[in-house]
Amino acid sequence: MTYTASGSATRPQRGKPSRALSVLVVGVLLTALLVFFVLPVLWLLLAPTKTAAQITHDSPLSFGSFAQIGKAWHHLVDFQDGALLLWLRNSAVYSGGSLILTLVTSVPAGYALALTRFRGRKLLLTVTLITMIMPSATLVLPIFLELNRFHLIGTVWSVILPMAFYPFGVYLVYIYFATSLPREILAAARIDGCSEWQIFKLIALPLAKPVIGLVAFFSFVGNWNNFFLPYLVLPNSDQFPVQVGLNQLLSSTPAFNPVAGAGLNITIPELALAIIIAILPVLALFLFSQRTLVSGMLAGATKE
Amino acid sequence: MTVLDTQHVTSAPRRRDSSRRRGGRAGYLFVAGYAILLLAFGVFPTVYSLYLSLTNDRGQFTGINQFTKVMGDYRFVPAFTNILFYLVMWLVVLVVLTVLVAVVLRGRMKPGLSAVFRFLYYIPGALAGVASVLVWLFMLDPAVSPVSWVLDAMGKDTFAAVLSPGDLPVIFVLIAFWTGAGGWIVVMYGALNNIPDEVIEAARMDGAGPWKTAWHIQIPMIRQWIAYMTILAFAAGTQLFVEPQLLQTASLGRVSPTWSPNQLAYVFAFQQGDFNGAAAISVFLLVLGVIVAGLLVWRSDMFKLDEK
Repeated sequence: MTYTASGSATRPQRGKPSRALSVLVVGVLLTALLVFFVLPVLWLLLAPTKTAAQITHDSPLSFGSFAQIGKAWHHLVDFQDGALLLWLRNSAVYSGGSLILTLVTSVPAGYALALTRFRGRKLLLTVTLITMIMPSATLVLPIFLELNRFHLIGTVWSVILPMAFYPFGVYLVYIYFATSLPREILAAARIDGCSEWQIFKLIALPLAKPVIGLVAFFSFVGNWNNFFLPYLVLPNSDQFPVQVGLNQLLSSTPAFNPVAGAGLNITIPELALAIIIAILPVLALFLFSQRTLVSGMLAGATKE
Repeated sequence: MTVLDTQHVTSAPRRRDSSRRRGGRAGYLFVAGYAILLLAFGVFPTVYSLYLSLTNDRGQFTGINQFTKVMGDYRFVPAFTNILFYLVMWLVVLVVLTVLVAVVLRGRMKPGLSAVFRFLYYIPGALAGVASVLVWLFMLDPAVSPVSWVLDAMGKDTFAAVLSPGDLPVIFVLIAFWTGAGGWIVVMYGALNNIPDEVIEAARMDGAGPWKTAWHIQIPMIRQWIAYMTILAFAAGTQLFVEPQLLQTASLGRVSPTWSPNQLAYVFAFQQGDFNGAAAISVFLLVLGVIVAGLLVWRSDMFKLDEK
């Protein structure tokens, strides 16, 4: 390489192989992750189409028959006279109820923490952060004792109320408003004579749609998948949400528990089908809200 | 930084004073509902947990006795060592891969293709908790796994061999990453989205390639979100319960029932009837969490936007 060649000419020449290399590395990484994320899902979707014997002997990613799905479904519904359907209904009640409470409490709270000043605000914020980073399982045990003291164990509220407490959501809303809603807009609205409630309802809420969607989504998914809390506070099988029900199903599977599973038709295809049914609501929700989730994430007034 | 700096544009001092007063009264109403839940299910249980850890089952104050008791338990050190190994691996893998993938997806890829990737990566996110552990039970069982050839290549030809104690942290990292990473990639992507195009354009004009831009501009600008993810992932990691518990059930006892500190606390509470000992373990986890989170908050200026 001589200095007669201009500097600008050497740059793209050196850049090309390294660019190709980085594209290759990136491609391999994305593909490897794709296989890692998708392969187990694919297996899961195919498992209910096969019999237990086919699962162990056929190729893992082969398709059995649609008829087998129906058979697995009948075995599942027969399990404890439709317990699965009851568990799904319970999950819907618990997740839905706490979602409503979460939104009603966390959105105004996050807004007020970000944009109004009141005594104790900093304290509230600090406590929120500490609670948020605290392993929630740390609290499950004391919450159990607390609920026990107030005779709420075994009631719907023993699940809904603790689940409705969602510091993560408050913090998301807080960050959103603190970084993307200029205080000048509020000041202007105040000068125009808006009440605090009107400002919240007419200015903040419409701008907050994306973050509300985000909080709702995370809260619903978190509650739908919650295991530890309902596992402790709900003693009866007919109160279980579907996650705790799956656990019961697992211990009724002969493959994993030969004694309890004797005489039942719960094998790997049935278990796989139950898993799919249990996650269907969350998956559907993601499908419908993905655009809001991604495009709305953080994009707000600052981008203009 | 530009994201946060918009906040520093201040209005006239008098106007700010009046808005502070007016906002103040309404502020209390806005936070009231949340504050009640926070007291009932955040503050009170924590205080109660502290109280339990400092007393015995008759309510007598016992100082640090509960702590020395659980620390002296033969299952204490293994449980905390297990979780430590797991956490270090989990956090490194999570931070490096999610940020890297988000940068790549936000980079020069076509938006539609990037959305497809994000969606496919997220799908396992719907299978948190019990469902994901069940799926991985199948993935790790050489008899039915679609990747049994990989397991074979590693010399693991039976389910028992796969579940050898030394490999459990890796297995839990696999499960946690499989269910959790997709969601965080979406969040990181959103955070990157929020960086104004002009900033990226300016970096490009200055001759920075995509990697340089990522390292010097994009990653520093989303570091609060990275810290946030790390804190939550750490908190979630310390509370590992369902995963080892189910693996323990399904492995017919080959996995220790007190693999994680939370399982140990559960055994203390519901098998030994020792709520005070269980509370002491919870307090250990709590202190650990607060220290790590405090460090991260401090190192990443997470509260910076709050200084005014």
